[in-house]
Amino acid sequence: MSVWRGLVRRPVAMVGLVVAFAFVVVAIAAPLIAPYSPQEQFFDGLTLEGAPLPPNERFLLGTDLLGRDLLSRMIYGARTSLIVGLFANGIALLAGTLIGLTAGFLRGFVRSILMRATDLMMAFPALILAITIAALVGPRLEIVIYVIALVNTGPVARVVYAETTSLAEREFIAAERAIGAGTARILFRHILPHLLPILIVWGTLGISTTVLFEAILSYLGVGVRPPEPSWGNIVFDGQSYFQTAPWLVFFPGFAVALLALSVNLVGDALRDLLDPTLRGRH
Amino acid sequence: MAVSASAHPTPLLKLDGLRVAFATPTGPATIVDGLSFILGAGETLCIAGESGSGKSVTALSLMGLLPKPGGRVTAGSAMFLGRDLFKLGEREMQEIRGDDIAMIFQEPMTSLNPVLSIGTQMTEGLRRHKGLGEREAETRAIAVLDSVRIPEARRRMKQFPHELSGGMRQRVMIAMAMSCDPKVLIADEPTTALDVTIQAQILELMSDLQKQTGMAIILITHDMGVVAEMADRVIVMRHGKVVEQGAVKSLFTAPQADYTRALLAAVPKFANGKNAPGETPRPEPILSVRDLIVRFDVKGGFFHRTKQRVHAVEKISFDLAPGETLALVGESGCGKSTTARAIMHLSPFAGSVKVAGKETAGLTGEALRALRRDVQMIFQDPHASLDPRMSVGDLVGEPLVIHGLANGKELADRVADLFERVGLKPDHMTRFPHEFSGGQRQRICIARALGLNPRIIIADECVSALDVSIQAQILALLKKLRAELGLSYLFISHDMAVVEQISHRVAVMYLGQIVETGPTKEVLGNPQHPYTQKLLAAVPIPDPARRGLARRRLEGEVPSPFRPANYVPQYLNYRDLGGGHLVATQ
Repeated sequence: MSVWRGLVRRPVAMVGLVVAFAFVVVAIAAPLIAPYSPQEQFFDGLTLEGAPLPPNERFLLGTDLLGRDLLSRMIYGARTSLIVGLFANGIALLAGTLIGLTAGFLRGFVRSILMRATDLMMAFPALILAITIAALVGPRLEIVIYVIALVNTGPVARVVYAETTSLAEREFIAAERAIGAGTARILFRHILPHLLPILIVWGTLGISTTVLFEAILSYLGVGVRPPEPSWGNIVFDGQSYFQTAPWLVFFPGFAVALLALSVNLVGDALRDLLDPTLRGRH
Repeated sequence: MAVSASAHPTPLLKLDGLRVAFATPTGPATIVDGLSFILGAGETLCIAGESGSGKSVTALSLMGLLPKPGGRVTAGSAMFLGRDLFKLGEREMQEIRGDDIAMIFQEPMTSLNPVLSIGTQMTEGLRRHKGLGEREAETRAIAVLDSVRIPEARRRMKQFPHELSGGMRQRVMIAMAMSCDPKVLIADEPTTALDVTIQAQILELMSDLQKQTGMAIILITHDMGVVAEMADRVIVMRHGKVVEQGAVKSLFTAPQADYTRALLAAVPKFANGKNAPGETPRPEPILSVRDLIVRFDVKGGFFHRTKQRVHAVEKISFDLAPGETLALVGESGCGKSTTARAIMHLSPFAGSVKVAGKETAGLTGEALRALRRDVQMIFQDPHASLDPRMSVGDLVGEPLVIHGLANGKELADRVADLFERVGLKPDHMTRFPHEFSGGQRQRICIARALGLNPRIIIADECVSALDVSIQAQILALLKKLRAELGLSYLFISHDMAVVEQISHRVAVMYLGQIVETGPTKEVLGNPQHPYTQKLLAAVPIPDPARRGLARRRLEGEVPSPFRPANYVPQYLNYRDLGGGHLVATQ
């Protein structure tokens, strides 16, 4: 529990934690919090010329091109974005770590197969891959998650692989072998903990790229289907009206940035707190 | 040797009240506190001390190379040719660095730029400081390389650092430092990373160059043998403060400070086998190695074919009796560590390794795990051989957990016992490796090895990374454990004085084979093989009165064990001198 105590003692990390937690609460309790339905188009949601309304008393963050309440759409959109961010990232980290660890430690034939496969995946343009898969299976939220996970697995595997090969050469690994430690023990008890800092950095940075990637997929029509909102498709729908209705891009963009920042702050603190070699040095 | 050990050398560099502080999270820490000395032309001043004494920081501050930000000279002056070095700006220091004051670093491997040719690196300083043209600089560089006795100097200019051996690289470093005729040469542990025979060559080279040019040398070292060999005057430092300073003879014959006395007492003295423990009775061997061969393929090229092969160990055989210590000695690349790794099954090998009569070659899985209980290993660098992310209690308990020997309360008790056995406090179990000193960490490694009640411990250079006073303590601990538990040690070392203290028998390795083996008293007292003789002659003696005695002109380098893929090794034949003393015949 010393990690929790360490977090409490770092105000910046605590702010990050509270903000990130708030996002999760908002997403879960969306029907209770959102002032309107995300789909409802209001008559008074557009000007007489048919332009969206800027933030006002009735629509706190303004309205979108179809006269829907932006705040409500963002609150519901948080669900999609968080689910995609969490799962796509989680799967990519898990798969990438397993591939990288195995390839880095076992060497030989297994390594060649695994690493060539990741190279192939990384060489294939991510968007075309995504569009092909989505076109074959049909646009669904799970597909978006799998596609993003697939695209992100390669880089994670590469980084983990590089780190594992250098860790495997370290003398303490030879020392572990000498006392009779098996491969599983060496991999999961002695190498994996050393990968934590990298994984945390990748995981936190991945949140923002994942949310944006989902937005691109949605924009191309292979992601989340309208009228279902996500932060990504709100930005993309509004981007051509950036000059006349900047709030359409600004608020969802800000939400993405704020989420990424808060997760980053927590991740940073965790990385330090989980490193025993920094104990007593901060 | 140095020209003048005279009492009144012409002052060249006058350091007065140097204080250096480093910024730490808990506030500034004083690393050097009030160091003063006067360095005369042609004089060799040794700054000796153990790790953390501030000796290297002193050198860096004189060069204006303290790590930034963090390190800062907070007080003192260094008058050099009428100027205070500490008051000069970066640009003015650049003029002095490499020209009037030059420096040699410890690690010749990392202090040369790997992507620039030797010629480029050699001429850089000459063109910068002396304003020589390309042609002139090259001519001068070749002359300097000649003067540090690098054969075929002209060809070397086009070579890159990785094409040269460690000793050659250190010569190049010295040549670079010497190229602009410095008035002061600062050498920070210049021979610590080198083998003894190479060390002797480099030290001799430095004093010869000093005789020719009359430069002053500041030699920073932890090795009292090197101090005795080189110094005119000595400053002994500890925790940033000067403990004692004086002429080398009086310091060694009548040390004033307690610390100096303790330091000198801790230095293992090599006495040509006279200090060696006698032989132990030799019943059935506990470890028996026959025709051990370890080769590594060096692959390369487009098709990943074997281009070269490293013949690391070529058919070596030896026995280790219960309670006995056998030392494997030799210089880097001779195959002694590879032998250890093969016995531990950390490297693939051919041949036979029997432990307590049972063949271990070809064992895998559970059978191999059982072997590990009987044979344990202690590595050279205790810092590198402990997982930094595990608490030391978990680390020491880990072998017991892996082998299913204890858990829960019993595990905690046994770990506490092991801690006490090696002289550590059991309350420190929850700490992490970085919170301990080097010596304590090596104790942790020993505790970890002892957990399985092994019968053999392989100690691979297990004291060479430690300060002498700590080294003495660890050796005493190893002797105590040997007596209490009847352990056998396979003790791998390059340090003859340490080997003499602890081992009953010695095997000298050269290029993957044993050239001489026998009781320690015999091999060290009456060495027969030319390589053994050369190795023993190179050992620096911590006694200035016997300076140069050890130093015969040693030439040549250990040849590389890299061979073409189709190489067929030649095996040595042995002559028996009686009493188990075997020598390879030519």
